[in-house]
Amino acid sequence: MAGPINWLSQVSAVTQFGILSMPQRRGSAAAAVFGIAGVVAVLVGVLSVAEGFRRAMSASGSPDSALVLRGGADSEMVSGFMRSSTSIIANAPGVARNKAGPLASAELFVIINLPKISTGSDVNVPLRGVERPALVVRDNLRIVEGRMFEWGKDEVIVGVGAAREFAGLKVGDQIKVGRYSWPVVGIFSASGGASESEIWSDAAVLQPAYHRGDSFQSVYVKLSSVDTFNQFKDSITTDPRLNAQVFRQTDYYAEHSTAVTKLVTTLGYLIASLMAVGAVFGALNTMYSSVSARGREIATLRALGFGSTAVVVSVMLESIALALLGGLLGAGISYVAFNGFHTATMNWQSFSQVTFALAVTPPLLVQGVVLATLIGSVGGLLPAVRAARLPIAASLREL
Amino acid sequence: MKFLHLIWGNLRRKKTRTILTLLSIVVAFVLFGFLSAIKQALTGGVVMEGANRLIVRHKVSIIQMLPESYKMRMERIPGVAAATHQTWFGGIYQDPKNFFMQNPVVPEEFMDMHPEMLLSPAQRQAWLTTRTGAIVGRSTATRFNWKVGDKVPIRSTIWAQKSGSFIWEFDIVGIYDGKEKNTDTTPLFFRYDYFDEARRGGTGSVGWYTIRVKDPEQAPVIAKLVDAEFENSSAETKTEPEGAFVQAWAQQVGDIALITASILSAVFFTILLVTGNTISQSVRERTGELGMLKAIGFTNVQVLGLVLAESCLLAVLGGVAGLVVAWVMTSRGDPTGGLLPLFYMPYRDLAVGVAFSVALGLVTGFFPALQAMRLQVADALRKI
Repeated sequence: MAGPINWLSQVSAVTQFGILSMPQRRGSAAAAVFGIAGVVAVLVGVLSVAEGFRRAMSASGSPDSALVLRGGADSEMVSGFMRSSTSIIANAPGVARNKAGPLASAELFVIINLPKISTGSDVNVPLRGVERPALVVRDNLRIVEGRMFEWGKDEVIVGVGAAREFAGLKVGDQIKVGRYSWPVVGIFSASGGASESEIWSDAAVLQPAYHRGDSFQSVYVKLSSVDTFNQFKDSITTDPRLNAQVFRQTDYYAEHSTAVTKLVTTLGYLIASLMAVGAVFGALNTMYSSVSARGREIATLRALGFGSTAVVVSVMLESIALALLGGLLGAGISYVAFNGFHTATMNWQSFSQVTFALAVTPPLLVQGVVLATLIGSVGGLLPAVRAARLPIAASLREL
Repeated sequence: MKFLHLIWGNLRRKKTRTILTLLSIVVAFVLFGFLSAIKQALTGGVVMEGANRLIVRHKVSIIQMLPESYKMRMERIPGVAAATHQTWFGGIYQDPKNFFMQNPVVPEEFMDMHPEMLLSPAQRQAWLTTRTGAIVGRSTATRFNWKVGDKVPIRSTIWAQKSGSFIWEFDIVGIYDGKEKNTDTTPLFFRYDYFDEARRGGTGSVGWYTIRVKDPEQAPVIAKLVDAEFENSSAETKTEPEGAFVQAWAQQVGDIALITASILSAVFFTILLVTGNTISQSVRERTGELGMLKAIGFTNVQVLGLVLAESCLLAVLGGVAGLVVAWVMTSRGDPTGGLLPLFYMPYRDLAVGVAFSVALGLVTGFFPALQAMRLQVADALRKI
């Protein structure tokens, strides 16, 4: 048996041979490459939806903020508190304070039907009424156009996501809620978080329009530090005057993103694995025809003393090279086509729309390329074995 | 058809290649089947009986309640046959993951409005006489193994009883089936009179109304009349056909039709490439034989037909096999565990799938067939 150096040079010779003769099999090689590119693009594309949604939700909360809901309520939508309760919560231990008082914002969370620009059909857009401390509790809010609404005035500001996805939310537009009509005076951003899908107004303005009397739905608080969460939580949940539950904001948003991300990733993997099976057949076809077209050359090499493992490895390498090319192409296509693409979907727990940007992250791209390599190795294995087993004498005779 | 054995022989020339091509077509159509089931699950649920039904909700959004008294006013509008209401209960059975809809309704009105829900007369009677009675659809009953006579506790996320408790207990008095495959049999319905009396707050308010119109043609006019009736009141309404309401609900998730169409076109384009390439390769290899066929008197059209028939046979075989596999796989139901209750493949899409497979055969076979037809006998024979 020849030494490893010799073996390597055999592999490189056969591989070189295969790759240099590729232009003669342009059609089938291109079919395999594009097939694999398609699989990778679809996989990465679908997963980027889930990733983008998860990111938008996780950018929404910070670990030193907490959210209080009525006991038994699984989202702000169905929660409810009277003012007497919200002031107990605001004054609980563990809540940060400034000169104006505790950093706690009792909020209303309702929905309003507005048409989505892309489809023209009505969707549930979240509408949030906040109190003054809201801007300190959520310190990532920035006005990017127009101005902040004036407290106590019938005015609203709109998140950048909402302004982009839903009709009638430009600065200067009017929002109609029953007999009320509120002008949009500003657009805000919130580091990509879920608030960017919302419309905000003063809670005191929203209460009469939605017949809420002096009640709220949730309380957002800033904790004096990350560690006071348990102290705060215990004081709320053990207070006999309250029926409430406390979430860390990050946990709350993470939990709210699970339904959508689970749905999308389940379907995404299902579609991608089916497509991958299809692409394996495509790759097998290509490599079989590559091997059969070179039957004579391979037999000649074998007759000259090239080992059968060298042939197997080089055919596999050729297949993997094609697959990698396809994988990179697919990853590139998905990055260009999907990354940063803005869209919106329904958050099932809160019944309302969340706008987000698709995120094609490096781990997703790696996943795509790994899948391509797998397809290439599976697709190359059987043809490689066949190439190595070709009866030398018979193949040579086919001249 | 006398050339069938010839076509068959050509397909068997390179068995591995034919089988691999066939399998990739099968996979494409399995995917087609799955996507159609996904699309059905997300946008379906529009029943034929729904053509004469309208949904009336609060104009600002579905979460605002409407007065119970609107029923009388709606039924006075000319063209309206009946009106009945439902309310979102938002209940959880054991675990939030066990999602299904529960709504309080007025039993008799509700069953008359929804003939697609089949309930035996005895069970219907039992529901009318049991105040805490509830009926549940077949799929949810099967999922939790509920039987008639069971007591089920459900915790509402929205509605408390007067005692302050959010736990409501219902007696299962009936299990209904769907008349059509796309009737959603996951919801549970219980009696509004029990609900309204027991709830703390919100008495006399309901979620939304369903209206049946006498003449479906008049539905758009009646929708306008209903909205006009409640204009300038404290609860203005928005009325739309049930189908549009369901569609709009699905659109909230995203443009599913567009997503499905783009994935499918990516897949079909890929398969087109692979299959087209295989077929043209096999035609190229057979140049000599095709020349021979022409030399012994086959016409151009016959050669064209021969190659096209081969590609179509391959595509249809693969397509039908794929559709059958998809049919069997999707008939096992929802793969996500409760998120997609109406997950199945409609008959319409089976037909569309077969049409697609024929189209695939024609498109992939077209260029190789054209090439074969234009072949000059002399050139073809020279290559031998």
